[in-house]
Amino acid sequence: MAAAVGYDDVKVGDELPRLVIGPLTRQDIVQYAGAAWDFSPLHYDQPFVEAAGLPNVVVMGMFTAGMASRCITDFAGAGQVRDYKVRFVARLYPGDTITCTGRVTRKFQAGGERLVEGELLVTNQKGEVAISGSFRAALG
Amino acid sequence: MATRPTIANWLPNCSDCKRTVELVVDRSYIGLCSRTFTMPIEWGKVREFARAIKDPNPAYMDPEFARRVHGGIPIPPTFLMTSMAWEIPEWESGRVIQLDYGNGVHGEQEFELLRPIFVGDVLSWTQRIADIYEKAGARGGLMKFAVIEGNYFNQRGEHVAISRSVMIEFPPKASAA
Repeated sequence: MAAAVGYDDVKVGDELPRLVIGPLTRQDIVQYAGAAWDFSPLHYDQPFVEAAGLPNVVVMGMFTAGMASRCITDFAGAGQVRDYKVRFVARLYPGDTITCTGRVTRKFQAGGERLVEGELLVTNQKGEVAISGSFRAALG
Repeated sequence: MATRPTIANWLPNCSDCKRTVELVVDRSYIGLCSRTFTMPIEWGKVREFARAIKDPNPAYMDPEFARRVHGGIPIPPTFLMTSMAWEIPEWESGRVIQLDYGNGVHGEQEFELLRPIFVGDVLSWTQRIADIYEKAGARGGLMKFAVIEGNYFNQRGEHVAISRSVMIEFPPKASAA
């Protein structure tokens, strides 16, 4: 999984390895809460979320963004990401399965590094977009 | 306002303040900066985080492999989210700018990773209110936005990362009643 792809082997338009994760469980959410220290009751407290008018506890956007970041690190290698930006479009709940896809939109060299930029999309099992994102990564 | 309070001396009154649901952004908070926080990058925490985001990459799990291939154990791209743990309870950006997280969401997040960060590094950072603005919501009313920027430095004083969080508060529900 280290530096899976070289700069010369990548073309603009290339797809990142597609990643499917799920169905997500409450345990997954709680595990991320502990790992990231994200203890908003929105993510574990059923009476709290029902009082707020939500059907279920909510998957943290940053949990989803974290899972999706593996698309980039599987492609470019761990420690190779230079920029990662996500916009949270829709909520995800326990039971949802996410699909992460991405594609290279630019290749260039800067600061002594060979870089690619691209876009990233996370959808749920109904094809609804949960996250749209972008990245920049250095390739070997 | 000549003597804008710093976060450190502004916070003590914060938990008592009763926020009114009045969406008027106070742009004089822009530029307000936190004190410096510190966090060691620990392998146990990196491994726990990688496991939680379901990334089995040996770079996070196998120190031998990581040293050979990466020159150290790197961090997952969103690992700096864990730095928030070291800011609480001294500073919570939502309180400082009076953003109601109960009626809001984390809208966007960016991590710019300027230099390698490895297990064993010790990071120091400050959080700064980079922007506050309001925009008309799709269903009427004003949405309030705050951009919080964190600047991270390693033990050698090198600027290693920038985080940008966009927090959004929706129009008060009372206005619909």
